[in-house]
Amino acid sequence: MLEMTEAVHELTRSHILRLAAAGKRGDGRGLEDQRPVSIQKGFVETAEGSARAKLGNTDILVGVKMEIGQPYPDSPDRGVLITNVELTPVASPDFESGPPRPAAIELARVVDRGIRETETVDMEKLCIESGEKVWLLFIDIHVLDYHGNLFDASNYAALAALTNTLVPISSKLGDGKDIPLGVLHYPVSVTVSKIGDILFVDPSLEEDRIADARLTVTTDEDGHVRAMQKGLEGSFTLDEVIRIISLSQKTGKKVRKTILEA
Amino acid sequence: MVKKLKLIDSKGLRMDGRKPDELRPIKIEAGVLKRADGSAYLEWGKNKVMAGVYGPRECHPRHMQNPAKAIVRCRYNMVSFSVDDRKRPGPDRRSTEISKVAGEAFSSVVFGEQFPRTSIDVFIEILQADAGTRCAGITAASVALADAGIPMRDLVAACAFGKVQGKMVLDLDKEEDNYGEADVPLAIIPRTEEIVLLQMDGSLTTKELQQGLKTGIDACKQIYQIQKEALKRRYAVILEEEETTEGDA
Repeated sequence: MLEMTEAVHELTRSHILRLAAAGKRGDGRGLEDQRPVSIQKGFVETAEGSARAKLGNTDILVGVKMEIGQPYPDSPDRGVLITNVELTPVASPDFESGPPRPAAIELARVVDRGIRETETVDMEKLCIESGEKVWLLFIDIHVLDYHGNLFDASNYAALAALTNTLVPISSKLGDGKDIPLGVLHYPVSVTVSKIGDILFVDPSLEEDRIADARLTVTTDEDGHVRAMQKGLEGSFTLDEVIRIISLSQKTGKKVRKTILEA
Repeated sequence: MVKKLKLIDSKGLRMDGRKPDELRPIKIEAGVLKRADGSAYLEWGKNKVMAGVYGPRECHPRHMQNPAKAIVRCRYNMVSFSVDDRKRPGPDRRSTEISKVAGEAFSSVVFGEQFPRTSIDVFIEILQADAGTRCAGITAASVALADAGIPMRDLVAACAFGKVQGKMVLDLDKEEDNYGEADVPLAIIPRTEEIVLLQMDGSLTTKELQQGLKTGIDACKQIYQIQKEALKRRYAVILEEEETTEGDA
């Protein structure tokens, strides 16, 4: 059984590399093309904010929930951001039920970092009573259909959900009106995978499976780099990293527009 | 602050304007997920449900394999943001129980003998909850099973009935469920009217229960029509696609 899997793996790899030599990909895209992005905001009424993002056939639902809790002792005047990913078994035959595995945790942390380091949300605004009471902001990422590149689809859905979030003041604090959470910045990630020595923007499922190395670069609306994550066993040259950053800036700009206009 | 909700008005209508034996609007779309072998998305009132099916596939762990037939496993899961107060992700006792009885309901219709030692895995994701999620989940998952091409005696259709302020009503919404006197989820095999899931809490007389079951079975048959329509639409689309491809060739 294992030998069979390895053989298929090698066949896919040589097929993908053969196509790539001619600048092509299995699904007809060019090497630097992202799959179509579509964003549907406000998908779930029970969430304070929500969005469903599709990146090709990858389908992700993000819900934002807000609760009142205690701040961390080292940041008594700031709300708390908690990002969580559920790789539910409905999304892929390879996902199993149970506690989050390293892949889900890495994914959650990369999305979290992009949002946190860009100061997407003004966390000081989420302080209710210094040292005592602050808003806990939960970003729950729920993968519905996995067809490659969860990093970017999760980032898009999370950002779109935040732009759609209402702080539940009336129900959680008892008086006052709900106000929009508001987003200060728009961090957008673009992931590039490397197979052999070829770079693939927005890896498909097939490309995800056989990638040697992966780099996720999150940029803000000024084009500044705000978070990065390199993954898998392969490596990148400095030139490749520089090229990926510029690809991320270029593609990210288009995606940011899509999220803003959704 | 205690306010007495008037769940049924003087004309016998419910808060959302429904008659006692009226279902909330139901929409089903089959084949919405690409990765799963079969899938269905369902909206039932304010409930939003995604169901996906994988299998028959190799059964893990191996000790669960049945040498005589496929096992049907179900996982009912409420997503953390599907309810007003965030639910901690992962299974709790309630969802584990629902998963068990729903899986058993599906086992009663699936021809598992054709696929010994395999598993058929049914996943129900409650994306937005407004009472009646297990019935909504079972109704969606049964369409997903058919969409996956699993041989079955029939679909399973589910609906709840209950008692609200002294009146027997069909398909309780969240307020009715919270303040009602009884809630009875029911799932049947519509063709034979066999009952494959039945739970209850609250208090009902035998007569009320009989009346409720009758209304519930009728409602399941209405839902059955919606399930079949969804599957027909799905296959009409596939046929059209095939015809277009053939035309191109």
